[in-house]
Amino acid sequence: MSERVLMKGNEAFGEAAIRGGCRYYVGYPITPQNELTEFMSREMSKRGGKFVQAESELASINMAYGIAAAGGNVFVSSASPGIALMQEGLSFICSAELPLVALNVSRGGPGIGGIQPGQADYNQVTRGGGNGDYHIPVFAPASIQESIDMLYDAFSLADEWRNPIMILADGMIGQMMEPVTLPEPKIPVSEAEIAIRKPWALSGTKKGNRSVVKSLRMQPNDLEKHVEKLFEKYRQAEKELVKYDTDRIEDAEVVFVSFGTTARIVSEVIDMLTEDGIKAGLIRPISLWPFPEEAFSKLNPKTKVVISAELNMGQMMTDVKAAVCGRFPVRLINRTGGIIPTSLEIYERAKKILGEYR
Amino acid sequence: MRTIFEPTKGMLPVDTSYCPGCTHGIAHRLIMECVEEKGRLGDTLGVSPIGCSVVAHEFMNIDMCESAHGRAPAVAAGLRRVHPNHLIFTYQGDGDLASIGAAEIIHAANRGEKFTTFFINNAIYGMTGGQMAPTTLIGQKSTTSVEGRKKEVNGMPLRVSELLATIDGAVFVERVALNSPANIRKARRAVMKALEVQEKGLGFSFVEFLSACPTNWGYQPIDALKWLTENMIPYYPLGNLRCPEEVK
Amino acid sequence: MATQKMFFSGFGGQGVLMIGRNIAYAAMLEGKEVTFLPSYGPEMRGGTANCTVIVSDKSISSPLIYEADLVCVMNLPSLIKFERMVKPKKFLFVNSSIISQSATRSDIQTAYVNANEIAKGLGNEKAANMVMLGAIVKKTGVVSFDSIEHVMEKTFAGKKQSVIDLNRNALHAWD
Repeated sequence: MSERVLMKGNEAFGEAAIRGGCRYYVGYPITPQNELTEFMSREMSKRGGKFVQAESELASINMAYGIAAAGGNVFVSSASPGIALMQEGLSFICSAELPLVALNVSRGGPGIGGIQPGQADYNQVTRGGGNGDYHIPVFAPASIQESIDMLYDAFSLADEWRNPIMILADGMIGQMMEPVTLPEPKIPVSEAEIAIRKPWALSGTKKGNRSVVKSLRMQPNDLEKHVEKLFEKYRQAEKELVKYDTDRIEDAEVVFVSFGTTARIVSEVIDMLTEDGIKAGLIRPISLWPFPEEAFSKLNPKTKVVISAELNMGQMMTDVKAAVCGRFPVRLINRTGGIIPTSLEIYERAKKILGEYR
Repeated sequence: MRTIFEPTKGMLPVDTSYCPGCTHGIAHRLIMECVEEKGRLGDTLGVSPIGCSVVAHEFMNIDMCESAHGRAPAVAAGLRRVHPNHLIFTYQGDGDLASIGAAEIIHAANRGEKFTTFFINNAIYGMTGGQMAPTTLIGQKSTTSVEGRKKEVNGMPLRVSELLATIDGAVFVERVALNSPANIRKARRAVMKALEVQEKGLGFSFVEFLSACPTNWGYQPIDALKWLTENMIPYYPLGNLRCPEEVK
Repeated sequence: MATQKMFFSGFGGQGVLMIGRNIAYAAMLEGKEVTFLPSYGPEMRGGTANCTVIVSDKSISSPLIYEADLVCVMNLPSLIKFERMVKPKKFLFVNSSIISQSATRSDIQTAYVNANEIAKGLGNEKAANMVMLGAIVKKTGVVSFDSIEHVMEKTFAGKKQSVIDLNRNALHAWD
């Protein structure tokens, strides 16, 4: 195993992507992910890859679409409003069934919003801001090591599922430094190998077949059939890609549901409550789509309240309520606008809520 | 018996979906004949736009992909990153290229992207039903300018070739017309040169085809060509605007 | 030492992030768990900069803090704003070259470090942050001087010997 190094999130994302097989990166400046774009501009050419600074996020995602259509392993990153601009492209890419890895280092919204960390992109990334019936698997890391592991696996996952894979981090993970262990670099697919490994990709008819990458289907019957085929894939993904962590939920009377940065703060809150003799637990969705509904079947009957803790106005709570299915009351502890609550704030609000149910 | 004509292998043996009198078919054939002549059918990649020619991949016998409205130059830039030596082109109409895709075409040209863009200027949105395009002429009626385009409201029609010719990276820029056999032969020469510029890695190359849309203009095919000759060519002069020494 | 929560604050350009990062890096070399969280915002010279560093023997949950075992302030606004964060009996480090005011609390251990003057005496005021870092290491022992010097060797690799010497001298200048 290689030694531990202290890395900033935004640089770790890039290093992990390169080690995971990323050969192409397309970016456009937007806070709080700029260090990643800068890192890739320095590193990609040195490491046999290509870096493109696009003229806009619209161009970024469509360059990435072109790269993916040609069989390249491509990575795009942006932050909330930039991801909004990419949604048309992501919908297109899902329909065309192309592999791509996208990273959202999210910040507060709506509109330009702010540049401090936020989780108000939950709906944007899990529901898909683009048009039509499609899904993108979304994974939310809570530490830099977890970000690295996710990005390292994301490229082969995207290839395997022929679908975009989204990583939802936030400004805090992007800016933070933590010690990490970096995985061994994978051997990237060479341009010559693409025609063999990805016969559907555009590499010229000399490969023996004619490839057409498209999303237009003018006949409703064709389109319906295509969407149904996509959904067979998504149903499989719901089974295979679901991922979550639980902590002390077996006998918890209050169970928090929280992802990413917020989940780390909540972990501290659980320790604080435990010291007070209150049994508290955590469900941490790692995959946001598919949402880990199965984790909620493990809730014990003594649970008095489930608290969705998030950095938005309760976007994930919709999924939490659907998963809890009326068995327990569901409440919200949140901040938004780029404010991250301290563990003390969540602790105090949780105690107050719990008081209503004891 | 001596063969005096053969359809190009660059076009699939199917009927196109274009209206009678539409010049998309001529443009398709010219481009694919040139690609065939260069012996590059096996390693040419095309990007179709949004518009009537979104389905160009149903007719052109090469690897192709569709692109979102206006984004074809970004998509082609992506293809180019993976395949440095392939022949790559975008095929775009005036709504796609000059309106919603104005930023992408300018920046692709400015980066000197080594691909060719074939621009079909028929002064109207075709697929959506005859709305005003950035290239619609002053006084020209459309379904969104029923009294004719007005300068005070809509500005002047955009001369895309002239605009791109101001950009260093756009090393080959030529405007041609598909209105007569003589002009079609000239158009073919422009396509060949544009592809040659690309093969030599000299920069971005661009051919604008003045084209007819009889259906949305409301003319018979012959009258449409006459309208093109009398109205479009005076405003959009034909000829080469930029050409590198290497292909002169 | 179970968990040490630290907070460093000052003007942008004073090198407060560098103090925090050196401690984080050194602690990692000592096998500890570490988080380093800088404030971020529009790039502005002279704006406020701060960072939170947590060093622990066990894995760290929240990288954010609301109270600290150590607060280091390099300018007056930081003293006024963050003095309250210090846990009772814990440490406050004040750059007394820049801040003429004293701390208001008496339930904490306050160290006044005339960092800029000491650095100026060594030949370059820019090394004030390293003087402060040395003071923190000396007084709290949160990491060892050896680890910090090891970090400096790495971060200053390739730099001029005079720069390396200046920073090493600055590190040991306060007593």
